[in-house]
Amino acid sequence: MSMSMTEPAITPDLVAKHNLTPEEYQHAVQILGRNPTYTELGIFSVMWSEHCSYKNTRPLLKTFPTRSPRILVGAGEENAGIIDIGHGLAVAFKIESHNHPSAVEPFQGATTGVGGIIRDIFTMGARPVCAANSLRFGELSSAEVRRLFSGVVQGIAHYGNCFGIPTVAGEVYFDRSYEGNPLVNAFCLGVLRHEQITRGAARGVGNPVFYVGPATGRDGLAGAAFASQDLTEASAEQQRGAVQVGDPFMEKLVCEACLELLATGAVAGMQDMGAAGLTCSTCEMAARAGTGIEIELDKVPQRAPGMSSYEIMLSESQERMLVVVHKGREEEVKRIFEKWDLPWAEIGVITDTGHMVVRHGGRQVVNIPARKIADESPVYHREAVEPAYLQAVRAFRLDGVSDTVQPLEDLKRLLAWPSIASKNWVYRQYDHQVRAGTVVLPGSDAAVIRIKEDCLPVMSAELAARVESQTAPGQAFPEKYLALTVDCNGTYVYLDPYEGGKAAVTEACRNLACSGAIPLGATDNLNMANPHKPELFWQIRESVRGLADACRAFDAPVTGGNCSLYNQNPNGPIDPTPTVAVVGLIEKPEHITTQWFKDEGDTIILLGEAVDLGDPLLGLGGSAWLQVMHGLKTGAPPRCDLEAARTLHTTLVGLIQSGLIKSAHDCSEGGLAVTLAECAMSRMEARGTPRFMGATVDLSGWAETRSSALLFGETQSRVVATCAARDGSKVVERARLMGVPAQMIGKVGGKRLTLKTRGLEFSASVEELHHAWWNSLAKHMNQPGE
Amino acid sequence: MNFSVLQFPASNCDQDAVHAIRRLGHQARMVWHKDNLPPGTDAVIVPGGFSYGDYLRCGAIARFSPVMQSVRQFADKGGWVLGICNGFQVLTEAGLLPGALVRNRDLQFHCEQVHLKTAAADTPFTRRIPADRPLRIPIAHGEGCYYADEATLAELRANGQVLWQYCDSEGNVTDQANPNGALHNIAGICNKGRNVAGLMPHPERACEALLGSEDGKWIFESLFEAGRERPAAGTP
Repeated sequence: MSMSMTEPAITPDLVAKHNLTPEEYQHAVQILGRNPTYTELGIFSVMWSEHCSYKNTRPLLKTFPTRSPRILVGAGEENAGIIDIGHGLAVAFKIESHNHPSAVEPFQGATTGVGGIIRDIFTMGARPVCAANSLRFGELSSAEVRRLFSGVVQGIAHYGNCFGIPTVAGEVYFDRSYEGNPLVNAFCLGVLRHEQITRGAARGVGNPVFYVGPATGRDGLAGAAFASQDLTEASAEQQRGAVQVGDPFMEKLVCEACLELLATGAVAGMQDMGAAGLTCSTCEMAARAGTGIEIELDKVPQRAPGMSSYEIMLSESQERMLVVVHKGREEEVKRIFEKWDLPWAEIGVITDTGHMVVRHGGRQVVNIPARKIADESPVYHREAVEPAYLQAVRAFRLDGVSDTVQPLEDLKRLLAWPSIASKNWVYRQYDHQVRAGTVVLPGSDAAVIRIKEDCLPVMSAELAARVESQTAPGQAFPEKYLALTVDCNGTYVYLDPYEGGKAAVTEACRNLACSGAIPLGATDNLNMANPHKPELFWQIRESVRGLADACRAFDAPVTGGNCSLYNQNPNGPIDPTPTVAVVGLIEKPEHITTQWFKDEGDTIILLGEAVDLGDPLLGLGGSAWLQVMHGLKTGAPPRCDLEAARTLHTTLVGLIQSGLIKSAHDCSEGGLAVTLAECAMSRMEARGTPRFMGATVDLSGWAETRSSALLFGETQSRVVATCAARDGSKVVERARLMGVPAQMIGKVGGKRLTLKTRGLEFSASVEELHHAWWNSLAKHMNQPGE
Repeated sequence: MNFSVLQFPASNCDQDAVHAIRRLGHQARMVWHKDNLPPGTDAVIVPGGFSYGDYLRCGAIARFSPVMQSVRQFADKGGWVLGICNGFQVLTEAGLLPGALVRNRDLQFHCEQVHLKTAAADTPFTRRIPADRPLRIPIAHGEGCYYADEATLAELRANGQVLWQYCDSEGNVTDQANPNGALHNIAGICNKGRNVAGLMPHPERACEALLGSEDGKWIFESLFEAGRERPAAGTP
């Protein structure tokens, strides 16, 4: 093995700078049977980073349920999982984080997060048809937080809008724990026929390897390794070079060209160059197929002169793909790349050696057994210790907390609280209607999209003929309706990781049920702090246990996801935030249900227990009300009974399918009062044209509890549904028959919302409530200075 | 009727236009930017999207594409051309429509439903639009603020070339109803010959009750009716 003269010698210090422990380094030496070259050291560093190897979380991820009869490609097999949705159609979806880059450079960090997840989807052979996201920031009183928030939203908008993918759903929370360490999780969903599933495997010895996409530059050097460290104050400056630059125009061309290419049948395997760029894509493709791969770096298109092999292998320049082509069919591939005016190069070949071999300037600079580096990455069973703060959390009681005295003021403050307030300032910046398939726009419990024929990638002639032969003349395309939502209340998870983990999945599935959908599967994004600290690892372990139990309960297998660890800055760790996106199927278009009240005179029904009287905090632990009105972020969060939740969801979907339900809205942050207000005011007909529909609600039947618990408590598994007055008793009876507590609590009508409890009664014009809720984020973002 | 929907690299509303036209019972095909308009074209749609990534100015590069030479000839012979969103920008850059579209006044991208008042009914793009109420159609753009100098605006008005204006749900043209700061709330215009039109809102996204509004179909229905009355004029 010869080494370039300019490459530095491998010293313990250099090894440490690459985030490899001495033991990991020894393991690398053992795999190679010699000391690594500098380039190889870089390769081990990124391949064994948490981002690529899940070395700290793999034992936990194995506890997720990952099987169901619908799963076509399971978790961990490929870039994204794939689920059958019937009629030979399938969906590929996944969520992935771009937290660290967004903390350093919010606009580019967010754009490349969106770009990366879109590539993961079309790499599978699917056409990307919708996007979603989950965001966390510090409090908006800080000018720096506003800069990050605004930059991230603009970045997501820029990339998604230009690519032409509707961003249809999402969530945004603001909490001090995310200050300096925002969370940016991007989700993408694509559609394909079963026959179109593409594997990221380097199959076929002798097959040529093509590179397509923009030239490789020095941007994003070792981004994966950067994402696997704590953020420090110096990181902003030092690591700006680790943030990549996104080009959605290029991505659109690469996507269209790749989908067109797949239809020719000339492709043996395809993989995007995401984290760890050329390194990860070559290594993983060879490892999956059990083959070897040999590439020539001199043939790789390069943006800057004099790039070293280390830089070329580790660059994370965006929008690049690696395509293995069946030998003899190169011309078809070149023709398509030229049609789309894309830079491309033939850079290597598939071998039978099992080794990843890289040549540069006539020398061999890398020679690594591919499967060993991909599969023999270290696995750590970290120590877990329950954090001390939980003692105080569990001991917290409401004794010193006064009940609500001015409930209308409380309600208005909650509605204006940024985590609860309308997110129209955000989603108005996203094109959420391109592709003419968004049936329920952002602003209801779950987004609903319609899958129509043009959502599919172009078919090969052979597949098109087969599909046609199976279709009766005049038979319409079997359109599908998918609901999707992203959820996680990080405060709950902080206060009780297990219950909080369960609650995240449960809320997502409840949102789906409210829109009429049955879950198909889930994708998770574990946003966590430093796993080396036993208290923080305990949070990770417990929240994963909660997610896994809940996914099992709702038959929502996990199809894949992402782990982002080391989310902490000098001020401390973030709240553990295991974001969950769940995708569901709605059987018929007439079952699609939205959250807002529909007609005057309709009956309002509360499904679920109004207040969990077995909870000493009556659902107020970790609640928004306790945080906003009392400045307290403590108390055991509301308990999440999975069996009760499952019964509620199936009962609600059953009622929707019988055509009885006109609206359904889940109770979450802010409790019943906020839910009712949202039902009354959240329908937006057009710019400046909200449609208000008031209600009169009587909760005085619940005598033996605090008004604050009834109005603002966050007891789990509750839904506010409406139906025609004549169907009221039928709905209540049927729900009770299924074991779901149900109670008629009021009537829809007028332009005011009037609420009554045992000791209190208040009324507000819906317009006034809407004003507080709709304009809050814009007001926060327009404030000057610090 | 045969529609040709142009496809620039990174057009992204091309499929939506094809979908809407076919659903309304007419023919539509995509025409690649390196090709010419196919014979038999009755009308051209320049769809929304980000044509060439919009890296110079929206639509500034698209106007040089081969297909646009052929669209120009088609329009010169009286052929019907409708530019939607980015397509409107392409048509102004190409000089087929007067004025320009600049950054929204709040510098943000806006995706939302708006109301449109139809200001001239005597065009192949507006003749079927019901006169009694505003249309409800979504917008999705960052650079949709219509701008033109005083003389051009005066001419547009004198000739009745302003086709649509942003308005409230009652049809009043107010500043509050204006999402992007467009002069005179202009959402869409046509040329002097009344055969080329552009608008920022997306009628192709408002042709199905399932998607929340069917108002966009009146614009297409207008073209269908015009098409029934006369054979294709500008086929190259």
